[in-house]
Amino acid sequence: MSVQDLEQIFQQKIDNEVKIEPKDWMPDAYRKTNLRQISQHAHSEIVGMLPEGNWITRAPSLKRKAILLAKVQDEAGHGLYLYSAAETLGQSREEMINDLHSGKAKYSSIFNYPTLTWADIGAIGWLVDGAAIMNQVMLTRTSYGPYARAMVRICKEESFHQRQGFEALLVLSRGTDEQKAMCQDAINRWWWPALMMFGPRDTESTNSDQSMKWKIKRKSNDELRQNFVDMIAEQIKTLGMKLPDDKLKWNEERKHYDFGEINWDEFWQVVKGNGPCNKQRLDARRKAWENGEWVREAAAAHAAKRVAKQREIAA
Amino acid sequence: MNFIRKFYYGDIPEEKGGGKTDSKTSGHDWPLWEVFIRSKNGLDHKHAGSLHAADAQMAIENARDVYTRRMEGVSIWVVESKYITASNPEEAGELYEPAVDKIYRHPTFYNLPDEVNHM
Amino acid sequence: MSALIDYTLQLADNALILGQRNSEWCGHGPILEQDIAITNISLDLIGQARSFYQYAAQLKADGSTEDSLAYLRTEREFKNCLLVEQPNGDWAQTMLRQFLFSNFQFHLYQYLLDSPDKTIAAIAEKSLKEVKYHLRWSSEWVIRLGDGTEESHTRMLTAIDELWRYTGELFVPATYEQESGIDLASLKNDWQNKVKAVFEEATLTVPENTFMQTGGKTGKHTEHLGYILSDLQYMQRAYPGSEW
Repeated sequence: MSVQDLEQIFQQKIDNEVKIEPKDWMPDAYRKTNLRQISQHAHSEIVGMLPEGNWITRAPSLKRKAILLAKVQDEAGHGLYLYSAAETLGQSREEMINDLHSGKAKYSSIFNYPTLTWADIGAIGWLVDGAAIMNQVMLTRTSYGPYARAMVRICKEESFHQRQGFEALLVLSRGTDEQKAMCQDAINRWWWPALMMFGPRDTESTNSDQSMKWKIKRKSNDELRQNFVDMIAEQIKTLGMKLPDDKLKWNEERKHYDFGEINWDEFWQVVKGNGPCNKQRLDARRKAWENGEWVREAAAAHAAKRVAKQREIAA
Repeated sequence: MNFIRKFYYGDIPEEKGGGKTDSKTSGHDWPLWEVFIRSKNGLDHKHAGSLHAADAQMAIENARDVYTRRMEGVSIWVVESKYITASNPEEAGELYEPAVDKIYRHPTFYNLPDEVNHM
Repeated sequence: MSALIDYTLQLADNALILGQRNSEWCGHGPILEQDIAITNISLDLIGQARSFYQYAAQLKADGSTEDSLAYLRTEREFKNCLLVEQPNGDWAQTMLRQFLFSNFQFHLYQYLLDSPDKTIAAIAEKSLKEVKYHLRWSSEWVIRLGDGTEESHTRMLTAIDELWRYTGELFVPATYEQESGIDLASLKNDWQNKVKAVFEEATLTVPENTFMQTGGKTGKHTEHLGYILSDLQYMQRAYPGSEW
């Protein structure tokens, strides 16, 4: 079969919503794009454990401590599902991790912001997980089978994350003046970075959208971002708090909320590595990996000894 | 052809990436294991995903920690990925008997009176 | 009653402090799968702590809650054993600490199944499955690291040197334990046999004639506990009287 025939069969599958599986033929660019996207998504989950993990030991009640531990554990699990899916495309976990540590692979910029107060934990659950969910639901229909299935699993577990974040903030919003102020302050600091999670404007692109054609992505940045703003602008009313955007206003004609301009300079600075925590996050991951080297080595050595022993016994 | 000028969640173009590409593998990569789980009331093991572990014991425990966090009483199977042989997707047609023209194999084909319809 | 309250608090404090220590590994483990494993254990322990604190609060019947007991008692009021407050150190030290303690907890909870106190027996029964898992998991790690590479073996030796001195306390009953009828001596043999078996497979030697440190059960802790509590209790002390 010629490459053109293979490409045709491939595109037909996609057009007919038939999933592409690991052993199927696929264009090299499709493999590469999925690999990069899935592994970066996995890295995001892992790095995301750090800003939240920052408050586990200081969680203000035992219940909150348990909830936060469970949430961060879930995130680690999600990272694992995604690394799993990515490995089916031919890159090993170790290679992916090396790319993360060298700076070659990216992770979601949102995690380069610091968690300064307990309220940040609520804000992350509500806003960051909320934004992630919008993207993730879309991805459950992505064309690459293992990725779609990982996303289905992740989505099932994700709604608890957003709810517990909102609930944590709700308690603050009904608490003391100090707690209310803490809540508003966290929203002020996390709102714009959350909007940045959806990436640059659609207009940044001037070329054919291969990702849409291959159904790797199924909705545009601006579309998702608008849906997110609409959702949050309503939910925040329950908190009695305000979003830090004086341009935020319901537009009756469009039936959507108008909102202000993102600070694109900040966006690119953080992507480039100049966010408040970029260095700390990568340092932490590198350190964990390097410090774990002797552990991984020991476990592998022990496993080899066991196998050798079993062979001796069998002989 | 210029692909991927659009940026999506987590997807930043290579030019903006930077960093070195040195990919050293330590040699003590823990092997990859495929995990199959049967839930408490389930009938068969389903493929849940994969993970890295140094040995079978660890693989089972990791599978328990990762894939059964929300349920009890499960059966876990782990197999090193390299030992799995998968059928070739192109052969799907020959391997699987076309079920379409043998609908009499499906229970819904048979209309039973209400009293015995629970079968 | 007071002896029972103190004993329940000890059970709670042990679980809480070890859970807290383990949670420090979150995001920093040697490989993702193990990060999940140790957080799992941490979560289990916090759960046990909550059950015991809730019971203690009930017994005290003075308006205490699980949180007031965990967040507002001072260093000298905590009754956890010294072993659980020791620092994480490296993975070897954390694994050894877990093994030594889970080994104890497993035999203790089995013993408590027959406790005349129905609630304690119930909590022990509920927790036994997970503690059994903790014991199995940590035993394997001690074996892997003891009989892994030269480096891992050396690190295990260092860990033993650090932690062994705190194992004696597990079997030295405080007055409130005696008054509650807890027969720790009956657990010692089983605990020792398990250690012997695991250490042997791990090519490690069980130390002899170590002078044992005590005091935790009666509030005389190592300098570590103060720092653990300043993290743990910070929010409730900085924002007194608030709901979370």
